[in-house]
Formats: sequence, structure tokens, C-alpha cells
Amino acid sequence: MTAGTLLLDAAARAGLYGLMVRTSGPQIRGGEAAALLRLGPQPLATLDDRFDMLLAIDWQNLHRFADEIPLGPASLIVGDSGEGEAPEALLASGAQAVALPLKKTVKGATGAWVNMVALGFGGAIAGLPVEVLEEALRASWKRNPQALEANLTVLRQGFAFAAGLEGKRPQPLAMPAVAPAGRWLISGNEAAGFGAIRAGVRFVAAYPITPATEVLEWLAPALTRLGGTLLQAEDELASINMIIGAAYGGVPSLTATAGPGLALMTEAIGLAVTAEVPIVIVDVMRGGPSTGIPAKSEQSDLSFAVDGLPGDAPRLVLAPTSIGDCLTTTEWAVRLAEALQAPAIVLSDQFMGQSRAVVDQPPATGGTAQRLVAAANTPGYLRYADTPSGISPMAIPGTPGTTYTADGLEHTEKGIPSSQATDHSRQLDKRERKLMQYDYGPRWADVEGEADLAIITFGSTTGAVREAIARSALQGVGLRLVALRLLAPLQPAALDRALAGVRQVLVVEQNHGGQLLRYLRSRYDLPGRATGLHRPGPLPLRPGELTAAFIDWAAVQGSREGRA
Amino acid sequence: MNDMAESAALAAADYKSGYKPVWCPGCGDYGVLGAVTRALAILQRPPHEVAVVSGIGCSSRIPAYTSCYGFHGVHGRALAAGTGLKVARPDLTVIVAGGDGDGYSIGGNHFLHACRRNVDLTYIVMDNHVYGMTKGQASPTTEPDWDSKLAPGGTGVRSFHPLVIALAAGANFIARAFSGDSGGAAEIIAQAIRHPGFSFVEVMSPCVTFRPEQKDWKQSVRRTGVPETGDPAQAARRIMTDDGFNIGVLYAGDRPVYARERAATVTPAELEAEFAL
Amino acid sequence: MNPPIQTPSRPETLEELMLQALAMEREAVERYSELADMMQAHNNRDVAELFHKMAGYEQHHVDHILKDMSWPADKATPRYAGVWTAPDGPEVVPIEEMHYLMQPWHALQLALAAEQRAHDFFDALVRNAANDTIRRAAEEMRAEEAEHIELVRAWMEKVPQPDSDWAADPDPPRYID
Repeated sequence: MTAGTLLLDAAARAGLYGLMVRTSGPQIRGGEAAALLRLGPQPLATLDDRFDMLLAIDWQNLHRFADEIPLGPASLIVGDSGEGEAPEALLASGAQAVALPLKKTVKGATGAWVNMVALGFGGAIAGLPVEVLEEALRASWKRNPQALEANLTVLRQGFAFAAGLEGKRPQPLAMPAVAPAGRWLISGNEAAGFGAIRAGVRFVAAYPITPATEVLEWLAPALTRLGGTLLQAEDELASINMIIGAAYGGVPSLTATAGPGLALMTEAIGLAVTAEVPIVIVDVMRGGPSTGIPAKSEQSDLSFAVDGLPGDAPRLVLAPTSIGDCLTTTEWAVRLAEALQAPAIVLSDQFMGQSRAVVDQPPATGGTAQRLVAAANTPGYLRYADTPSGISPMAIPGTPGTTYTADGLEHTEKGIPSSQATDHSRQLDKRERKLMQYDYGPRWADVEGEADLAIITFGSTTGAVREAIARSALQGVGLRLVALRLLAPLQPAALDRALAGVRQVLVVEQNHGGQLLRYLRSRYDLPGRATGLHRPGPLPLRPGELTAAFIDWAAVQGSREGRA
Repeated sequence: MNDMAESAALAAADYKSGYKPVWCPGCGDYGVLGAVTRALAILQRPPHEVAVVSGIGCSSRIPAYTSCYGFHGVHGRALAAGTGLKVARPDLTVIVAGGDGDGYSIGGNHFLHACRRNVDLTYIVMDNHVYGMTKGQASPTTEPDWDSKLAPGGTGVRSFHPLVIALAAGANFIARAFSGDSGGAAEIIAQAIRHPGFSFVEVMSPCVTFRPEQKDWKQSVRRTGVPETGDPAQAARRIMTDDGFNIGVLYAGDRPVYARERAATVTPAELEAEFAL
Repeated sequence: MNPPIQTPSRPETLEELMLQALAMEREAVERYSELADMMQAHNNRDVAELFHKMAGYEQHHVDHILKDMSWPADKATPRYAGVWTAPDGPEVVPIEEMHYLMQPWHALQLALAAEQRAHDFFDALVRNAANDTIRRAAEEMRAEEAEHIELVRAWMEKVPQPDSDWAADPDPPRYID
């Protein structure tokens, strides 16, 4: 992992873009792990179809990752000369294999690590200058200077190994003459945390869970420095109720979790709906249901997020479409939650959350969240007033003359518990109306292209879909992209505009049941005969296979049109 | 004549909302409402600077009966909501209130962690040893042989001792009060609110509907004749050996209160530097 | 409650005595009003009305004291727990004696007991008075309580005695939240 992180850092220093995905075994320490990197001159939102090189320190349990690391005849497999042959499963790809004396290099070099040999070699294969690799190592070094020198030495030795591989090695990348300005190196989980802070979140309560913990680990010191608080709760039932309490007190609040935690929070999310308390829940999705596959990505909490609450419970559900967008979308979610006094669920996932990427600086969306609050001593104050917009001013504790009791029981406009049909319908209408009438602007989706065939997707799958659409275009197949950022409430009028002129749609997502397809069909009349392309995690949808599928699908739609 | 109020700026009645409680006539919770409002009058804390947070159950209806800010959340999570509120808004006086089922059964885990976290709030449990709102089932403090429809002949399960558990878990102030002694309970609650950290007041509050025999509590309770202690060992002995009818402050400790540095030292824009290349 | 930790403070001045009396009467007004609300909320109109009337009588006492002493309506009184030996003030009807089906007869029984306690309270003050001024004032208030006792007794003559099954209700208690 360290070698991968440093290689990404070095690539960033050299002016490249890059993406690093982590994958690991179930062990706490000492388990097998792989850093999957893609580097290039343009922003990268997805891994490619094949890796140019697999560099293995050893072969132990590599089979567990074999299907996550596709190789081809043009790929290079590099192993340690002391570890024997590469596993048959890898060699079956037709890739060339070479052995290098990785471990031998560090023998006798006190304090030197084998993965620094790997860093030097990997950097050389990518085409990075050795100085940049050394700079990356120096910048991250926190131990004693003697060991640094030892590691720099073995890094240079590793770098030199690449020289003997002419003819076998993949083509090195061309280094940009000038590094593009305004790039950030960030993970999706960090981006979500920073987005929350930029929108004004100053209270976070959470219970640790894979793969969301890094959101919290980044936020904990950041919030302290900003005068806010991160409170580690006893469980998710506590964390969600704590943020509701804090938000009721007027402080924008957030929690981060994954599927199992989201399930525990359900009852209190309903409370936030009914009591109209703004909260944000970042759900970094992993394989489900139940404990599922904790450290692997999947987009399978969608149905639960949009529909999984008892009662008629309008809520906001958003999904970032890239690692950088984790920042912007979380920031937007906080703004929407505060403006609409409603819970917002942000569907990130393990892929975006735990991957680290060089991205273009996410745009500043300006200003902190604004909540409509009641003025002191408002005459005849009604907390849940049935206003035309559905949004009613919220009195913040400490304000004189506007005391009220927030209630999860159905209530009158004043907030008094009521079981009367008129009060119930009135408040249900109000809570639905405030979400439906709101002008969400152009950010509800990324809509790209004019073609009459459209691909609809959401979340981290967007990166691979976008790349596959670009590749299809090169093969003469035009496709329109609609990547939804605002999943709930669904925007029928905006969808009408986005899909104007579209004959057929294909819905792409990473789950077993086609949850987005089912959701769209249940809420909206999609043009033509909507079909789905969906596969559960942990394997990502790759641009190559999507390109092939899109071209086939477009061909069928074309012939259908021909028959018509 | 002792304890003369300096001014009549705020009377107990000023802390009542005017909504008529749904509690059964005779319910001990009326006495607790009286005690809470009297305690706030003793402290002269303006109603809008006080938040009363509750979960679900008969006693959890209390917030709306006060003129304070109220929060009536979901079952068992009142301490969590109150903790979030107090940590985010340390300027407010936060009172969390509820029943024995809400606090010791469904909310039991939060009770333990609220005690050990020691956030500066006051937790009032109106304990009647029964679930009133769901028609009279055994709660964690119900005697093992108490007969109910859901557990005919009794649950056979030992009852929970909230005061000992609170002490072991680290509550900074522990008291027992009695709803029938509203004035005494008010004094205890006022002291609990003043005491820094997590203050726990267990109020014996009879349920005249499902546990009519609890009307006899009035004959059994007595104000504890011993001075309060800050020694946990002494408090433990006292709480473990009494018959459950001693009312008064049983423990007042001085553990450090949960607090966070609140002054900002950076702006969000300055945090960007960590990501920029 | 046994044994009480607080003992009643013996008034040393007329003002102290009257403050105690004022506190006691105000508590009685407050409690009767609370009981009336309780009964109103549970659709027991007869008893609610009765408690409202009782609250009115006690308010007369409050007004009387304020007038005699030339005190303003919001005159501060001593804090509750410092004054009485019993958990409630002497003149209040205990909350736990309420029943949603109780009848005026029950309510009057409880009111009678409360008036008797108030009478005994002033009687004790008469006997332990620190001086003649206090004694005379205490006697006056004792006499007023005696009047109340008679009034409640007379009222009881006019209301029917409850049947033995007055508390029977074929419907079980109801679930709310």
C-alpha cells in the first residue's frame, strides 16, 4: 500500500493524473493486499480493462485478487526471484513473466524495505523520473535519516532493474512538460468529509464501520481545529440520534456509515423526516446484505435509501459521480438538508471512498448552508406551519418566545401530537411538497450528448460508463449519458428534458437486482423498452466490457428501429 | 425561614405549557412535572434556554407539558439526542427524561455510555416498574414474580438496579427522588442540574393504573438521613444495602466533564492546502 | 414519609407567618387547578368542576392574605421544601388519590382531609406562636379553615354516595404511543 501511495504521489508530482484502488484480505495486520493503480495524462475515474503490469512482492493468496487484476498478453508479471514461478492462473492470461531480485536487494541494507525497490521499479516502468520518486519518498518520510538513505538507495536500484527489460516492458507514459494547475490528491472519503465542512457541518457523531471510517478519521482532527466536535458513539442508533439532537440545536450535523449501520439508523431517519430536522448520512456502500463484503464496493443500498423507511417518508438521496464529486455532492447534500429541513442520504461507495485520486480541484459551490429560522418572539409561532413552499421557519433553542416540542408523533402545525386525519394529510402533503417544489437547478444529473439512445447510471459506475460512451463514439455509436446525482426526489420534468428525443434507455449499475432500473420504472415512464445492465460487486464494471455491451445494445435498437 | 426567593421573576407555573397531560389521574408523573418546573424556578433559568428531551412512553410525554424547548424522539434514544444537543450547544441546559422501559431496556446501552461519557446533562427516569403505554408489561425494574399477561406468573428475571449500574458506569451525580414529594424532588433535580457532568435522578413515580399497590410507596419512602458522599465505595455500599426507599442525593462526584475545545484555529479554506498539489 | 428530615420553621414575625400561609394557599390553588385539568382531560366533568370551585375558594384566601398584608400579586414566597414536614403542603390533595372515575363524593372526602390538615397546621401555630400578634393571626386563619371544613361537609350532604363498583370499567386501559 505504501509503495502504491508513493507511486501515485510521484505521478502527481510529475504532472500526471492517477487513481489508486485498494484491495485487501480479511486480516487486521500482515494480510495480503494490492494497490491497483492507473496513471495517465487525463483525469481518471475508473480502472482500465487490463493492467500493464502486476508487480508482486510474493504470491501468497494472490488468487484471491486474480479476478480483480485482469491481465493480457501485453501485460508484464513481475515477481521476486526467490518466490518461484507466478501462479498458473495469472500466466494463463498470456502475460510475460520476469523475476527480479527484490528481496535480495534489501538484504544487508539496514532499514531498507522491499516495497521501496518495488516503488523504484514500478516508477521506472510508468516512465517517471527517478528524482520525482525520490522526492515523493523524502516528502513522506517520518523515520530516521539513515533509514531514508538506505531506502533511497534501494529505490534507485529498483529503478535500474527496468533498464534490462526492453522489449518486454509496457510503453512508458510521456511526462507532461507543464503540470496542469489546480489538481488535488484526495480520496472520496476525505472529499466527503471536506465537503461537509465546507457546507458548515460542525457536529459529527458516528460509529466506526468499513469502508466509511476514513470519513470520520479525516473529520475528527479537522472538526477540532474548526471548533466543532466529532463524537464516537456507542452504536449507530446513538450516532444518528445524536446528530438529530445537535441539528435540532441549530448546528449542521452529519454521520457516515455503511449498509449495516444505515439499517440500524432507519427509525431515526423517519424521526428526522417527521420532526423536520436536517441531517446528512454518508453511506459508503459495500457488498450487502447483512455484513456482506465489508471492504468491497457495490451499489446495492439504493432501494433501501430511496424506499426503506416505514410510513410515507420523503427524504433526499444523492450520489456523487466521482471521487472529486464526493466533495461537491456532500456539500450540496448538507445545503439541501438544511434548506429543506429533511434528512439527506449520500450514496458513496467503497470504490470512491477508499480510492485515492489526482483530480481537478472540485469547484467551490459557495457559502455555507442556510436554514430558515424563526425570529425571536414570533407572534403565534407555528413550528410546522403549512406554508406554500412546505418549508416552515424552525425555532432554534435559545431563541426567546418560540419554544415548541419537536415530535416524531404526527402533529398539528403547532407541533402538538395529533391522530386526526386532517392533520396527518396536511403534514404528509407539507413534507412531500417541500421536497417536490424545490428548484434543484442543473446539478440533479450530468447529462452529456444528444444521441437518441441513452445510458442512465449513478454513482461510481459513472466513470466507467462515461469512458465506454467515449470509446463507443470512436466506433461510430453515439450515446447520451444521464448520470443521476439527485436520486430522490426523482425529477420527472428534468428527466423529460434530459431524455427528450431518446428512443431507448439502458440502465447501468453495480448490483444484483437492477435497483436503479426498478426504481426508475416505479416512478417514471422511461422511453421505449428500458433494459438494465447490472452486476453485483466486488468486480467493477470496466469500460471495455461496457463498450462492447453498449455497441451490441445499440445495434439491436438500430435494427428494431429498422423494422419499425 | 430559609431559602427565600430573591425575586418572583419566574415561578414554577411559568415553566408549564398549558397543555393538559394525557397521564392517568393519580399518575406520579404529574408530581415529576411539578418537580421539574419547580426546579427550573429555583434555578431561574429562562425556559427558552432549557431543552427537555425524551423518548417514548407515558413519562416521555413530558417535554410538551413544559414551556421549554422540547424534543420527543424515538423509543430509547433520548440520551443520544440529548447528548448530541448538549455537545453541540453547551450553552443550553439539557434535561433528558423518560421511563424505566425507555431508559433501562431499549435504551440501556445509551444509559451505560451516557454515564461514562459524563456530558453535562441531567437524566430523570420516572420509574414505575412497568410499561404503562403498552398496557402493563414487565420492565427491567419489575420484580421477577410480578404477574402480567405477557409474562404470566412473573418474568422470573432479576430486576435491574439502575443506581448501582449508574455508579459503576461513572455517573457523576446519583439521586433517588419520589414523585409524591414534589418539593423534595424539585430540590434534588435543581441540585442535579447544577452539578457538573452526567447527573442521574431516579424518581419513583407510581403507576396507579397497572401498579396500584405503588400508592403505598408514600408510606415507605424516607429522606436519607446521611450526608451526600463523593466516595464511590461509600456510595456503592449505601446504594447496595438500602431497601430502595431512601430518597436524596446518594453520590456527588467530581469526575472531569466531557468537553471539547471549541475555539476555531483554522478556516475550511486553510484545510484545502492538505489536498492541493 | 418517615422520618421527615425538615421540620416546620416556627414563624418569628407576622410577615413570616403570612408568607407561610400564602405559600400554602397558593399551592392549594395550584393543585386543585391541576386536579381539575386532570379530570377535564379524562372527561370527568363533575369532579373537574368541583376542583375548579375548590381552587376558587383557595384563591379567595390568597387574595385575602395579599390584601391584609398589602402585598403585590406576585409576592415571592418561601421555597416549598423548606417549610412543610409533609411531602406536599398541608392543604393539598395528593395526586395519587386521583382516579379517572372518581365521583364528587370521593373528591370532597379528599378536600375535607386537606382542609383538616390546614386547620391542624394553623392550630399548631396557634399553640406554638412566638407572640400574641402571630397567635391572633393564626387563630384567624384557623377559623377560616374551620369554615371551609363546614362548607365541604355541607356539600357532601348534597352528593350521592358512590356504589361499591364505582371504579369498574369494562374496557381495559388503552395503548397510546
